[in-house]
Amino acid sequence: MNALRIKKGASRKSAYDLKSTYGDEIETHTLAVLVDNEAGVLARVIGLFSGRGYNIESLTVAETDHAGHLSRITVVTTGTPQVIEQIKAQLGRLVPVHDVHDLTVEGPSVERELALIKVAGVGEKRVEAMRTSEVFRANVVDSTLESFVFEITGSPEKIDAFVEMMRPLGLVEVARTGVAAIMRGNAT
Amino acid sequence: MTRQMSGAQIVVKALKDQGVDTVFGYPGGAVLPIYDEIFQQNDIRHVLVRHEQAATHAAEGYARSTGKPGVVLVTSGPGATNAVTGMTDALMDSIPMIVLTGQVPTFMIGNDAFQEADTVGITRPCTKHNWLVRDTNELAKTMHQAFHVATSGRPGPVLIDIPKDVQFANGTYVAPAKADKGHYNPRVKGDMDRITELAALMETAKKPVIYSGGGVINSGKAASMLLRELAEATKFPVTSTLMGLGAYPASGDNWIGMLGMHGTYEANMTMHDCDLMICIGARFDDRITGRVDAFSPNSKKVHIDIDPSSINKVIHVDVPIIGDIGHVLEDLLKIWKSRGRKTEAGAISKWWGKINEWRAKDCLAYKQEGKIIKPQYALQRLEALTKDHDRYITTEVGQHQMWAAQFLGFNDPNRWMTSGGLGTMGYGFPASIGVQMAHPESLVINIAGEASWLMNMQEMGTAMQYRLPVKQFILNNERLGMVRQWQELLHGERYSSSWSESLPDFVKLAEAFGAKGIQVSDPDDLDDAILEMINYDGPVLFDCLVEKHENCFPMIPSGKAHNEMLLGNASTEGAIESGGAVMV
Repeated sequence: MNALRIKKGASRKSAYDLKSTYGDEIETHTLAVLVDNEAGVLARVIGLFSGRGYNIESLTVAETDHAGHLSRITVVTTGTPQVIEQIKAQLGRLVPVHDVHDLTVEGPSVERELALIKVAGVGEKRVEAMRTSEVFRANVVDSTLESFVFEITGSPEKIDAFVEMMRPLGLVEVARTGVAAIMRGNAT
Repeated sequence: MTRQMSGAQIVVKALKDQGVDTVFGYPGGAVLPIYDEIFQQNDIRHVLVRHEQAATHAAEGYARSTGKPGVVLVTSGPGATNAVTGMTDALMDSIPMIVLTGQVPTFMIGNDAFQEADTVGITRPCTKHNWLVRDTNELAKTMHQAFHVATSGRPGPVLIDIPKDVQFANGTYVAPAKADKGHYNPRVKGDMDRITELAALMETAKKPVIYSGGGVINSGKAASMLLRELAEATKFPVTSTLMGLGAYPASGDNWIGMLGMHGTYEANMTMHDCDLMICIGARFDDRITGRVDAFSPNSKKVHIDIDPSSINKVIHVDVPIIGDIGHVLEDLLKIWKSRGRKTEAGAISKWWGKINEWRAKDCLAYKQEGKIIKPQYALQRLEALTKDHDRYITTEVGQHQMWAAQFLGFNDPNRWMTSGGLGTMGYGFPASIGVQMAHPESLVINIAGEASWLMNMQEMGTAMQYRLPVKQFILNNERLGMVRQWQELLHGERYSSSWSESLPDFVKLAEAFGAKGIQVSDPDDLDDAILEMINYDGPVLFDCLVEKHENCFPMIPSGKAHNEMLLGNASTEGAIESGGAVMV
């Protein structure tokens, strides 16, 4: 038997190219995952994403029902529709997971993020920063003669816009919480 | 009734209440209290293995051959890390297993104590679920929950990490029936509308195929019986994955052999050309599908599986049915019968004509000639001389495993134990020990290659200590055969580290442990040697010297479709293109 000639520089990318009737375009979805608030549960969720090569754009977690020992993880992820379906199914089979809701699919939802933004400057730049913050309805939660810390709440896009506005005005540091999201109306 | 007892007593009591009769393990500092309890009772047998990895594979063998969960008990640190391979193996092959690990006392956790490892952290991705128990009062509940999680839904391994102070402290015992099992409760009944849809598809299919997998066996004996009823009633051809062998009998009329990379030509062509594929408890693994964009291009695909994440993971299916195989098949047969038991009988008989044409290729043909034993011939003789025995087969991983799947016939479920998903060399010998523990009177044979077998050869000690007459049938080609085959096909015949240098004399090795060794190299002596092996009452190391350069065919080269299969006598030049070369 002769050896096979492998072309020099042959592609190293996976040959398992998954073609399905799903679309190939990348979508962004916000998932609300209700989990038992037990040790290691966040590691399980994050480990699932990293182990299977899924993306996390944003992730927030906190206990939401103390008596019921339940936490809510809000995760914003991207992928093809097929990958999004897999992510939901994989999350759903984790033992401490009670429920997985795809807020992007299930109906209109509200998404909010909180950010703390530090801007340093004096003179006209400082005044401009203050003026812009009023337009964005950001609050000043700390100030010195040379700096402000703004608190701003809104959609991630609004926060992105505010950060961009602050950049030439002396932006020093940004802390963001990640997205918290909930369905509109009386549905749960 | 609740009772106060020590954590160690709770562990042993919970095992008894869960019906456990055998535990595979290895003691160490952090599990001594539990070993002390095991010493003081007679209901649970403890099998002392020689390496913790072997304990997990033995538990897998026990579980697969009985349908009950396997139980492993090991110490902290290295005890736990050595068990990782077996847990990963059990996760990939959906084997129910409960692993109990000792841990350093709670007040020392995080201090890099002696034999401390972050066991729940390390095993999180290789278990279905795991727990660190910090309070003895939680121990009984956690034990019962662990059995529930391991055995319900898609089975898998679970781990409970028990710090030593929790084993010593007193707590309250609760019985299984009283214990809170948590909210985990996968549904077993399939959606009736979807099942009806499948029944309708069965009525009109002209070229159907049933593609069954390990899920049928995991679902229980009843599921295998229902699969047989379905096949017999519809005359649909049946193929199976490696994991599913035995669910439909190899002697059955509808059997077309295993499918996939080393499956039969007829099975793979049937899959490629079918118009209705009914996947029952299998997961479209890459060994099965070959190139996914050329996978069975013209068929309606139905997928029955208990795990929703298996649906549409690799192949998009038209009718997904989530549920337990036994439940779904029962409903399916009921609905199909109530609709008048219709099939396209004429078309199906034509379809069988086509399948029989493919079968006529005789894709497993090989030539036994001269004085060297072909591995296929050794397995065919083993089959002929053992098929009427009450027989269980385990395997290691490699060429011998594929030949065993091709040349041995399995007529019942739970008779075939092999590492499918993870492909763990060293699985077969300890697995055979676990099987023999569960079935002391049966003939248990591990089909091995010499390289795989050496990976857990220390278990000779275990086999001798517990008088387990396991037969180690080694097809010795002094090569890492499958690696060698791939190097021949893909890497310019440069055999990098794929030969077995400095092999032991297996006969002397057997004798050193007090077992029997048999070596055979002449085809004319083979039958007598096999009979001698079967008739010997004790462990046997059977060193069968075989053709060194035999390749395993047929083969779907990586990156190719089902209808691009290589047969034994075909030229393999250009068989694997650069795209396929990156695949394993």
